[in-house]
Order: sequence, then C-alpha cells, then structure tokens
Amino acid sequence: MEMSKKSSRLSRGLIYFFLTVWAVIVLFPFYWMILTSVKDFASYNTEYIPRFYTLNPTLQNYVDAFTSVPLGRYLLNTVIFTVATTGLMMLVIVPAAFAFARLEFRGRNLVFSLFLSLMMIPTELVIITNYVTIVNWNLRNTYLGLILPSVTSIFYIYLLKENFEAIPDELYKAAKVDGTGDLKYLLRVMVPISQPTIVTIVILKVIECWNSYVWPRLITYDSNYFLVSNGIQEIRENGLGRENTPAMMAAVVVISVPLIVLFLIFRNKIMAGVSRGGTKG
Amino acid sequence: MKVVLENLTKRFPGRGKKDADVIAVNRFNFEIPDGQLIGLLGPSGCGKSTTLNLISGLETPTEGRILFGDQDVTALPPEERGVGLVFQNYALYPHMTVEENIVFPLENLRGEKRMSKEAMHQKAAEAAKLVQIDHLMERKPRELSGGQQQRVAIARALVKIPRVLLLDEPLSNLDARLRLQTREELRRIQRETGVTTIFVTHDQEEAMSISDLIVVMKDGILQQIGKPQEVYDEPVNLFVAQFLGTPQINVFEGEIRGGKVMIGKEAVLDAPGKREGEVWVAIRPEGFMPDPDGPFTCRMDRIEVMGRDVSVVSTHEKMTGRNIRSIISAEIPVDSRAETIRFRLRPNKVFLFDRESEARV
Amino acid sequence: MKSNLKAWLYLLPAILFLGVFMVYPLIDVCVYSLEENYNFARQSFTGVGLENFRHVLSDPYFVQALKNTFLIVIITVPLSTGLSLLIALGLSSIRALKNLYQTVFFLPYVTNTLAVGLVFMILFRNTEYTKAMVNLLIEKFGGTGVDFIEGPYWAKMFVMCFYTIWVVMPFKILILTSALASVNQNYYQAARVDGASSARIFRKITLPMISPTVFYLVITGFIGAFKAYSDEVALFGTNLNAAGMNTIVGYVYDMLYGDSGGFPGYAAAAALILFAIVFTITYINLMMSRNKVQYI
Repeated sequence: MEMSKKSSRLSRGLIYFFLTVWAVIVLFPFYWMILTSVKDFASYNTEYIPRFYTLNPTLQNYVDAFTSVPLGRYLLNTVIFTVATTGLMMLVIVPAAFAFARLEFRGRNLVFSLFLSLMMIPTELVIITNYVTIVNWNLRNTYLGLILPSVTSIFYIYLLKENFEAIPDELYKAAKVDGTGDLKYLLRVMVPISQPTIVTIVILKVIECWNSYVWPRLITYDSNYFLVSNGIQEIRENGLGRENTPAMMAAVVVISVPLIVLFLIFRNKIMAGVSRGGTKG
Repeated sequence: MKVVLENLTKRFPGRGKKDADVIAVNRFNFEIPDGQLIGLLGPSGCGKSTTLNLISGLETPTEGRILFGDQDVTALPPEERGVGLVFQNYALYPHMTVEENIVFPLENLRGEKRMSKEAMHQKAAEAAKLVQIDHLMERKPRELSGGQQQRVAIARALVKIPRVLLLDEPLSNLDARLRLQTREELRRIQRETGVTTIFVTHDQEEAMSISDLIVVMKDGILQQIGKPQEVYDEPVNLFVAQFLGTPQINVFEGEIRGGKVMIGKEAVLDAPGKREGEVWVAIRPEGFMPDPDGPFTCRMDRIEVMGRDVSVVSTHEKMTGRNIRSIISAEIPVDSRAETIRFRLRPNKVFLFDRESEARV
Repeated sequence: MKSNLKAWLYLLPAILFLGVFMVYPLIDVCVYSLEENYNFARQSFTGVGLENFRHVLSDPYFVQALKNTFLIVIITVPLSTGLSLLIALGLSSIRALKNLYQTVFFLPYVTNTLAVGLVFMILFRNTEYTKAMVNLLIEKFGGTGVDFIEGPYWAKMFVMCFYTIWVVMPFKILILTSALASVNQNYYQAARVDGASSARIFRKITLPMISPTVFYLVITGFIGAFKAYSDEVALFGTNLNAAGMNTIVGYVYDMLYGDSGGFPGYAAAAALILFAIVFTITYINLMMSRNKVQYI
C-alpha cells in the first residue's frame, strides 16, 4: 500500500513535469515576443547573447511600429474585413440552413447532398480561378475582392441545419397557428434558440478571418488594403528593416493581442466550438 | 362557435411508388355545437391528430369542408382561422419568459386587430390569471413544472380569444395525480371562457370524464359520436364497446337460437325478435349478478378486493379474452373456494354484435 | 408552387456564392490544367493536352516542393498525434491546474501563425548582431549552434516541423482530451476491479475506445499537412524557392502570382496533383481505419 502510494505520487509528479515542459514550449515564444518588444532598440543591438529579461523596458518600439509602418491601417482593414465577412456569411448561411431544415421543396435532398459533396473540395483547388475572377472583375485591392469568396461555408450551413432540425416541429406549428411568418419564426424563435451554435460559428469565423493570409496576399498589393498577416510579412521583408527586431515584435504583439483577449473571454465557448466544428492542422 | 365537418377526407401519399395512399381521415361528417367540450377518442393511428390538424389548418383536407359557424374556413391558412392550439409537449418557446410566450401570438395580429403594447400585456395578464400562473410571468419555461408549462400553453392559446380551442393529448405528459387535477382545471377554464374546445386523447376515461360529447374513431373512420354516457350505454359496434370502460367489456362467442341468447349450451338471456345466427355477446363487468339459480355458469378463478366492490375473476370456454372480469358490490357474499359461480345478467349491460360486421344487432 | 419558390429564395445567396466561387472554379481549374501555354494578357492558349502536368512534374522547384511537403507530412503527423495523445492522457489524469494547462495549451490555436512564425524566426536565427536563443541552449549541452533559418537544409526542416507541430497541437490536444473524457468511467472501474494494470487498461480499453478520434485526427492531420504553406512563409519569407523550403501549395501560388507567376495552367496542374495525392492518402487512411477502428 505504502509502495503504491509512493509510486503514484512519483508518476503524478512526472505528469506535471511533462505538462509543464510543454506549457513552457507553448508560452516561451509569447514571452520572448513581449520581452523583445519592450527592449530598448539600442541595447537590443548590443546584446550578442540575448538576455532573458530587461531592466529598462520601453514602449518606444510600439510607437515605432505604429509610425514607421501603417500598422493602424492594417488593423483597421482586418477589423473591417472580419466584421463584413462574418456578417455577410451569417446572412448567407442562416437562410440556407433554415431552408434545408424547415422548408419543404422539391429537390431538397439532392441539393443538400450536392452541398455536402462540395465540402470535400479544398480551397487550393478553386483559388486559382477565384483569383482570375476577382482580377477580371477589377476587384483587386478592394474590400469586396477580399470578402466575396469567403462568405459561404458549407460546413457551417451543415452545422446550423443540424441545430435547427433539433428544434421540435411543434414550435413551428404553434407559431404558424399564431400567424407567424417563416422569416419572423426564423429570427424570433430559431435564431435565439440556436444562439450557442451561432456564437460558436461567429467566433470560429472571426479567428479564421483574423489569421487569413493566402487570399489577401493574392488579392492585395496596395498596402492600403493589407490585412495584419500581410502587414506582418511586409514588415518582415521591407518594413522596419531587418535589424529593428524589437519594433517588429511590438507589431506582432499588437496583432496577436485581440484574438488572445477574445479567447480568454470566450474560453469555454471557443474550445467547445472548436471541438465540435473546428479544424486546423 | 359551431364547428361543422362535411365529408372531410385526408389522404397521405404512400411512401414509394408501390404503396397505396394512407387514408388518415375518411369522410367525416359531424357537427360540434357552440361552447361544448369535445373529446376525440381512439387508439393511436386512428386519425384523431390529423383531424385536429385539419381543423387548425396545419393540414389541408383532400376532400370535404370545414365550417366555423356559417363561415367556410377550408381554404384559410391557420392564422386566419382564429384557433388556439395546445401541443402535447406544450411547444413553449424556451428562450422566452412566460409572459413573452403568451404575448407572442398577439404581436402577430395585423390591421384593426393590432393592439398597443399595454393592451397586449393586459390581455396576457388576464389569460395568465385565468389559468392561475400570473405569479410566474418572469420565469423561463424550463423553470416550470409540467403542469405549469401546460397552463402557460393554454394561456398562450387562449390569449387571442380563439373561436375554437384545440388540445392535442393535453394531459398525457403529466403524472397521474396531476392529470386528475388538470382535468378538472380544463373543464373549469372551458366553462369560464365558453370557447368551443376539441381535445384529442387515447385515454377513454379522460375523455368520458370531462367531455360534453365524445367522438370515437378507428382507422380514420368515425365510429360513434354522442354524450359519454350514451356512447357507453349504447355502443354501435364491438370496437366502441371494447374501447370504452374499465375493466374492458367481456366478449363471448355466442348465438341466437329460438329467441334466446346462447353461450355454449346455456341460454343466458331472452332475445325476442332477433335474427337467428352466430353473434358476439359482450357483457359489461357490472352486468353480472351472482345468483345460485342464474342461467350462466363460469369456472371460478379468484376474487380481487377493491374496497367498495369486488372483482370476480372467472373463466369460460367461449370467452374470447383470457378471464372474465365482473364487478360486484362487496356486500354480496361470494364463495371464492367454489368450483363454479352462476350469474344472472342485466339485459341493459349485454350487447349483441354481428359476427361478420361487428355492428350492433 | 409558392413554398418551393420561397425555399429557393432562402437558398439563393448560398447557391450563388457557391456557384461562382466553388463549382465554376472546380470545372475551370480542370480546363486551365489542360490548356497549354496559356497567356494571361491575351487570354489565349496554343493547344490542349497534358503539357502542363509534364512541365510541373519535371520542374526541379516542384520536385523540391513535393519532397519538402512529404517530409513535413511524414514527420509532423505521427509526432504531433503521438505527443498530443500523451499530453491529453496527462491532462485527463490530473485535477489541480487542469484548466490552466488546457488554456495554455490551446493558445497557439488563436494566434496569427504569420506573427508567431516571426517570433520563431527570431528564436532560431543567427545574425551578426544576435545569436539564436536556441543555440544558447544547444551550446549549453555541448553542441554547436547552427543558423536554423538560413543554414543547412536539415536545420531548416527541423525548425519547420517544430513550428508545424507547435501550431497543430492545440486542436489535437483538445479533441483527444474530450474523447478521453467521454469514455465511460465504469469501464475503468471494472478493469481496475479485474486487476488490470494501467498500461493494460490503456492498451485494451482507452485506445480502442478513442481510436475513431485518433484516426480522425490522423486523416485531418494528413490533409492539413499536405496543404502546408503559410507556416513556411512565416519562417522563411515569401521567396520559398530561394530558401529551398517551398511546398506544393506554395508552388501553386508562385505559379499563379508573384515573381515567377502568371502561369495558371501550371498552377492548376500542380493543384490537381496535390488534390490527387490528398485524395489517395485519405482513401487509404479510410480503408485502413475501416479494418482497425473499433466503433462502439
């Protein structure tokens, strides 16, 4: 008995050690980016061997990050892009999910299966033509060009449809007897009841938008329309000069913070949402 | 509001090409007088819920007409019929409070029926008071008991003062004790509002106890309509006789010979003027009277004491079910150790049905 | 019918967007891949055939990209899946601080991979002024430092895989943790009563029960790793060919746009080759899982 208690305490200790090692690996880059971002530029350059701390932190790098490149512009662009894309997407997917879940029409199952089969198509395959389409429509360096191709998601339609279908039939009938139209029923009853799923979808889409890089890179070459990802790449290659690492890290902190704050607020919703519907990796 | 169903028929297309259409409701004709409480009664799948949906307008009939008073409402959508509907699972909107649920139907009113916000809340308060949930207005449905949810559903159906109130299995989601209580409550609410009310149930006791009229259905076909006691006392066919009454009616293979009802070799009752031949003889449990000189001999099985009455369980070779159940006043002495027991039968508790058509002879 | 029309109206936006940005491109990409010597400016081509595929397959940059992609897939998928399984097991066996660890482990999921990639670059890069932080560690243990960003191929591949694993771990840990949590505790209690050892419980009970989840992660892991691109850009910059670290997806974009761009035919051919590879691998995975996975 004594032995097994001892060995279980040992193994528990090992587990905590192992988890802590991974936690350090995860957190260290964050620490390093914050640390570097507050190091004085001059003293950073004199550190051939980088120090693990700094005794005279400065916010000058943040000022540099905002003044020497249009970081504010990038942030604003990303916010506009994220809000518009997510908003438009909800306008597209909520009615579609409603039609599949609640309305009876000829060919419903056929159309739905077609939708599902499109889910297998990777973006990489269609991006070529989409690029050409947007170029032909003269929408390069516009918000529309950035937004349009990503306002539908079959997966989210599917997720929402499943959710809508779980709402009992009787609610629909009750509303119908009371003279509630389909649209009002959708907005007043179905959407509020499905609120948890809708919030999840919104959060996942916001994360996706905030981090999107490939499409914006293809569509924008005018830095007035850069999103944060493209901005950071621009900073790295031409912007602050390769040497001003602290200012670069300040920019990295600035664009990382919004999502981390969002995550810390909606921790449970995000993690539940991702385990239900997210993919990455 | 008088409700008239004329030749009402609903066919559902069969699944697949080969299957025949399903006739859920077949040529219904009946009239529900104004201000009455009607029980639509039948086993599951008999078409009673479809009938309710046809009256509410959620389904459109294949043939026939529905009239509210003198107005033909057959082609009207549900919202223009002025019906209130209560579902078996209540169908309360889970994200709205009790008050919001009750107000919801009023918000849909358009044109001259449109009310001010205050008037809506006034109406909701009245409806809530009627069903005695006015103290629960701020709660969400999930914070209420089954019985309370039921009342909210009724209040929501009543708030716009419907011409007809429809209830689909209103009591079946409640536990036994609450069911009795709510039964009384339904009756009271109906009396107070005077609204013509139609409710669907598979529980004959429930239907009998509170209805002004009951409508018995089977396989989409109306069997009988009448006051509960009338239907019980004068069932038109074997199905109705069997469906009403607990314990169930006892059915024997018998025949009519020489103006007598014969079960086996015994002539149990006179039947003057009836056509000779094989019949079903159905005897209500209360139709048996122990009598040492009685004409009907059964084999004694056991006696179950129920307090005021006793139930004598016996067997007979011509009995179609398992045991004969008879209800006898506890004051009449019966010897439970005897081999056999002899009965005299009350003529008004014995019904004869044709062997083939099962119609009353 | 009226209700038919209404339903289509509700579906119209979705169908419109999917038609323009999904269905049409799907057909179009096949057309592109067969049109030889397509010229963007004149929108003309000289012939129809498999020339684009031949060109792509013999392009040394594509071969390099193919090699890099396969290496990334083969290294990161098993490692990240195994490691996240270990971490999920660790997480499910502790109580104190569990939430904190879970939150920390999930952080990389919500970060901009381009931005954090830059931090990794700083950590792994030697410059004239600053030594890579990682090299300090290596030298402490007696090794010799190396520039992981502009140095030898194996070093670049190492940091590439390391970063990829860092990025994909949160999702896998989360999914595996919830899979482990959904295994009914009664099984464990029953097994313990039967005297089974922890290792045996893991092998005979836990693993079979979560095997559908593991296979799901392996399949999505393969698909994701084959599409690797932005993590590479984060570490090595947009000119991946120069760094010798390009991937198939990177090759597609390079052919489409950028300094070497303007060849949608080559891009289409490369994208279709990628799709064929992913499809085949997924199919094989599914076949294997059908035999091995125990559905409960």
